[in-house]
Parts: sequence; C-alpha cells; structure tokens
Amino acid sequence: MKTLSDLQPGETAVVQKILTEGGMRRRLLDLGLLENTEVTCLGRSPGGDPSAYLIRGAVIAIRAKDGAGILV
Amino acid sequence: MGLTRNSTGRAPADPTISVRRVGEKGKIVAFAGNPNVGKSTLFNGLTGMKQHTGNWPGKTVEIARGYCSTEDCVMTLVDLPGTYSLLAHSREEEVARDFLCSGLADLVVVVCDATCLERNLNLAIQVAEITPNVLLCVNLMDEAARKGIRVCPEVLSRRLGVPVVTTDARKKEDLSALKQAMAGYSGGQVLRVPYAQPLEQAISLVMQMLPSDLPNARWKSRRLLEGEEKTEDPGLQAAVEEGRSLLQSVPEKKRKDLAAEAMVHLAESVCREAVTRTKSGYRDGDRRLDRFFTGRRTGYAAMLLMLGVVFWITIVGANGISDRLSAGFAWLERILRRICVQSGMAPEIRGLLMDGIYRVLTWVVSVMLPPMAIFFPLFTLLEDAGVLPRIAYNLDRPFQCCHACGKQALTMCMGFGCNAAGVSGCRIIDSPRERLLAILTNSFVPCNGRFPALLLLITLFFTGSVTGFPASVLSALLLMTVILLGVGATFLATRLLTVTFLRGVPSSFTLELPPYRKPRIGNVIVRSVVDRTLFVLGRAVVSAAPAGMIIYLLGNYPRQGESLLLQFGRILQPAGAFFGLDGVILLAFLVGLPANEIVIPIVLMAYTQAGSPVSMGDTAQVGQILLQNGWNLERAVCTTLFFLMHWPCATTLLTIRKETGSLKWTGIAALLPTAFGLMSCLLARGILGLIRWLL
Repeated sequence: MKTLSDLQPGETAVVQKILTEGGMRRRLLDLGLLENTEVTCLGRSPGGDPSAYLIRGAVIAIRAKDGAGILV
Repeated sequence: MGLTRNSTGRAPADPTISVRRVGEKGKIVAFAGNPNVGKSTLFNGLTGMKQHTGNWPGKTVEIARGYCSTEDCVMTLVDLPGTYSLLAHSREEEVARDFLCSGLADLVVVVCDATCLERNLNLAIQVAEITPNVLLCVNLMDEAARKGIRVCPEVLSRRLGVPVVTTDARKKEDLSALKQAMAGYSGGQVLRVPYAQPLEQAISLVMQMLPSDLPNARWKSRRLLEGEEKTEDPGLQAAVEEGRSLLQSVPEKKRKDLAAEAMVHLAESVCREAVTRTKSGYRDGDRRLDRFFTGRRTGYAAMLLMLGVVFWITIVGANGISDRLSAGFAWLERILRRICVQSGMAPEIRGLLMDGIYRVLTWVVSVMLPPMAIFFPLFTLLEDAGVLPRIAYNLDRPFQCCHACGKQALTMCMGFGCNAAGVSGCRIIDSPRERLLAILTNSFVPCNGRFPALLLLITLFFTGSVTGFPASVLSALLLMTVILLGVGATFLATRLLTVTFLRGVPSSFTLELPPYRKPRIGNVIVRSVVDRTLFVLGRAVVSAAPAGMIIYLLGNYPRQGESLLLQFGRILQPAGAFFGLDGVILLAFLVGLPANEIVIPIVLMAYTQAGSPVSMGDTAQVGQILLQNGWNLERAVCTTLFFLMHWPCATTLLTIRKETGSLKWTGIAALLPTAFGLMSCLLARGILGLIRWLL
C-alpha cells in the first residue's frame, strides 16, 4: 500500500485511510485531511524531508515519518 | 507571535488581562481565525494600534484587547489566539474555546482567508455551532481575486445563517464597513451541523434531557457524548450512556472523527457553492518562488544569500548614519561641556554627567540605532512576505536530526531581533520538550543588541585596510560567518541537550506554508520603527544611563590610588586572560547583564578613565584605544566569540524564567551558552597558537 510519503513531487492522490492516532490525527482532520481528500505533493525541502502538500487549497509541510501513517 | 513592542519587553510584568463592557450600550467583540489570515491587521486597523496584550488568566497564551467606537457605542475588541480548530487540546485552542463558551462575547467575528476559504470555514463552523452570535469576515479578497478565486458572500451567508462582510487588507472603506456591521449586529441562531446517522440519533437522545431554551444544545450534547464535559444530573447521564451505546456501531478509532468529518464536509459543500476558481489553487508565481526558496539545490543557497544581502544593506546603510550621529553628538558635547563649565558645576558632577552618562548614552544611540533601524524593517519585510516559514521548512531536516522541531528556526529568526521575543515565541512549538530546547538555545543567535558590537569588532580587526565596496562585502561575509557559527552552536547544543537532559523522539509536525504576499511597505516601516527599533533602543538607553554612571564612579573612586574598576579588572584578569580576554572585558560583560549594548562602551570607559577623554564615536580612535590596551587578533577573536556566546541578558533570563517556570532551566539557559563561549575561546586560542607556531 502506498503512503503519503511515497508520493513524488507533482503527484496527486486521494487519501484512503488514516492510520495515525492521537493528537496528530486530530490535527490532520483540522487541516481537512480526511479519507477521500485529494492531496498533491508539491515538493520536498532541500534536506529531503519534510515535504509540502496541497491540502484543500493550503500548503502544509508534513514529515515523512508522519506521512507514513496516511494511506493513499 | 511576532517581534513586537509587547513581546520584547514589559510582558513579564503583565500577567493577566481583563475584558469589560464599556457603558450600557457597550459590546464585547471577539476575533477568531486561523493563523496567517490578517486577523491582527484588521484588529490593529479597528483599534488604531492602541491595544493591550496580556495573558489569559491561568494560561500563558497571549490575547490582545483594544477599543473601537462608533457614533453610539464603544466596542471592546478581543483578539483570540489564531487556531485551526476548537476540537483539539493545545493551549491556544483551550483559551479560544474557553472564551467563546464563557458567553462573555456579544459577537464573535470569525476572520477567514478568501484564498483558502474551505479550511478556514472549518473553524467558522465550529464557532457558529457554539454561539449564535457570529459574523463572518472574509478577508484578503484582493489576493483571492488575483489568484482567480471568487467568493460569493450571499451564498455563504445563506448556507451558514450568519452575516458576511468581505474585506481587503489595503482598503480603509472595508474596515469601516466591518465596523458598521459589528455595531449593527442584532443576534442570530446557532448553526446546525448535520452529523452522520448514529451521532445524530445519539445527539437527539441527549438533547431531550437538556433545557429546550439552551441555544447550543446540539453542541453541548456532542461534548457530553465525547466525554469532553461531565454532568451531575442522573437523568442526563443516563441519556448520555444510552447515546454512547448507539455509537458502539462505529469502530472506536473512527468515533472521535465523526464530528470533525461532518464539519469538514459541511465546509466542503458550502465552498462548492460559494467559491468559483478560474485558475488552479497553487499559483504559478508561488510555485516558482517555492522552487527557488525551497529547492533542493537553491534552498540553502537562497537562505544564505538573503542573510548576506540583509547584513550588507545593514552595514552599508548604518555606517553613514553612525558617523553623522556621532559627529552630531560630539558637537553637542562641546556645547554642553562649555555650559557646564560656565555654570560653575563641580568637576565631579560634570565628569559624572558628561564622561559617564552622556558618553555611554550617545555611544549606544549612535552605534546601535542605525543597524537596528535598517535591520528591523528588512526583517519585517521578509516576515510579511511569508519567507520565514520557508526557512523553518528548509531547516526542519537538520533539526529533526537533532531530535527537535523545525519551528525552532522561526524562534531563532525572532531571536535576531531580540532573544526575549524569541523565547516567548517558542510558544508556537507544541511539544514541551521541543519548546524547552528552543528556549534554552535561543541566545546562540545574536540579537540586535549584540550584532552592531560584532560588526564594530569585525570592522576594526578583520577588514582592516580594505575600503569601499569590498570592505562592506567582506564585513557582511564575516558577520555571516559569525552568525553561522552561532547557528552551528545552536544545532550542537540542541543535540547535546537531546542526548542528556532532554531525551526523546521528535514529535509530529505540521507547518503551514502561507502564500507569498507583497509586503505592505508603509505598515512595515511603522511597525518596525515604532514597535521594535524605538522600543529596543529605549530599553538599551534606560540601562545605559545608570551603567554609565556606575562605571564612571567605579573608575574614579577611590580618589587616591587604584580605582575600583581597575581593582575589579585585576581580580578578573587571570580568568579573562586564560580565555583570551582580559579582566576589563569580563567585567564589562558582567556589568552589561541588563543590556548587551553597553558592553563595548564599558570596556572603552574602563580603558580611558585615567587618560584624557576621547571621542568614542570615532571608529579609528576606538581602534587606537583597544590597541593601546593590548588588543590583538587573538583577543579580538575571543571577544567576538564570547559576544556571540555568553549568558543571555537580564530581560531574556526573566522571560525564560517566566516561560519555563523553573529556576533550574533558567540556570541551564545561562550556563549553556557561557560554557560554549568559553570553550570556543580556548579552542580559538589553541588554533591561533598552532598557526603562529607553524609560521
């Protein structure tokens, strides 16, 4: 199964399942990242992590470790 | 957050804030909204920048209060912390939620960003579910229009059942329209958020047991079901239990998501109707800028280039102003001295006033003011343009390697202005461990009180014979090297702390990268000059005057024999010399605890107190004084290093004490950079010694 962190810059995908729990899950929901939400990977920071994603019109940086809990 | 008058000074003495209605017709209006939507700009516009900030009782979260009057009423405006939601448990969200639930506000203005309305509406919907008195303010309409986004206020108003005002950050008329709408607001109804079936059934079960006139009964029921609120009423409790049993059909993990999902879906559906786009969401201009500022090859280079250019402009601009200011002060000094002599003032008093207070004061003004007055606006421009979050984004990886948070880069940027502000800015970091890391290492970034002194040392000892354009570039490069050394020390210290006192894995991290915005130049100048330059300078001057007096007295008493200053200097001499400094420099750092700005003038006064008075404003003469007192390359390097890394100033220490609530951590925050500074002085001595031996 592919995760959000596997998305390459320029790729768009739809969120299938959010495995993350606790505070981070809540924060993702607040940002509008739910199942069936469309997400586009815009790029990676110079260090390769975190990556920037377009989520409902806003650009949000998420670390690879956290993105691994989001299946797309 | 932000580097403002309030964050750089009095805040520690100002713990709580009260909110009251003014007069019979007075209203309390709260401002809520996501971060970065221009909420504070609107708030400033309405209150005319006259506001008071303080902590919300019991929480170290700042809220601002101001007043705004129309023909028939005075409104008390409260700026709540910027949050994405009211559902989670961060301190900001609790404060905002508490305030909204307290029923204190007659009206809540939810400020939304038109360019990203869907995400913003999520909060608006949450607020509208709690309170019936909501006004939606869709801000940044001009920016949205440029991005090809059109928002229809009528549709928004109909779907959400609240009045909607659209505003434009630059337009004065919009502000008065908002004011009229606020004053004329006459009540409404809470928003009914449609939930998924089991939750809807459970809510209606619980609602039956709540008083029928309770306006936000649905919200209350949901909170009871989620266990966020408790009840003593046995009948109500039974209904809650029954409702929860209905929810058993939903897997436990997803149960908590039901409410949040419903709100996001409502926002989505409202936006589908109210917002039309003619271009894609992420603008091409932003894409290009991001490719440059955060690109794999260009990201770090762009940051260094920006830093270098900012320093270069500061150096070139400050030089001219500094020279002119010190010439002016020297001229004024001659006149003042003549007046003192003619008025028959006792020589002791004259010395105290002129050689003590006047000298140190004017030195601080002429050397410190110009770099501040140039650096602060430049920095504010970068802040306004949305570049700072990109720096945090670029630097997150290295911080992650140090088991810390990328937002620490933002607090470091604030530290450039003032370390005390940087320390309070650490509140943006959610994890307590990572926040503490950022607080303890903040003073490794030289604040505005220190870098003019660093600049002076660089000009005197390292750029030497070079003049003109190459000199300014060389100075900027050297200053950048020093700053990068500080940044390097930050990483090293952070890593050191995470393997000793503050072990732990990095917490999860989300960071919004807001759209790039064209900075509002006028606003930037006002904010940086009034809020930062004058205020920071004021604080320096306040500590400079008594320090000048104390040093003069120490330098001139007892009348016979060796002065106290020289005696203290002699006591500290062995320690100072060991680290490549001397006793006087060490003493100056100790006396300079209230403000780092006064360290160099103290050193100069100590060296010159016995001899004839010299003009301290003249760079060449300052160099002469230092050389006559045994300064060489080694001492200049060591003093520069110690300037970069030593105990934080008194204001910063007080702020650390307040933010951490612990003397132990305040102590560590003082010892850590001092130890780093002393170690690097020894290292520099060793390296220089080795080079000399090799040559």
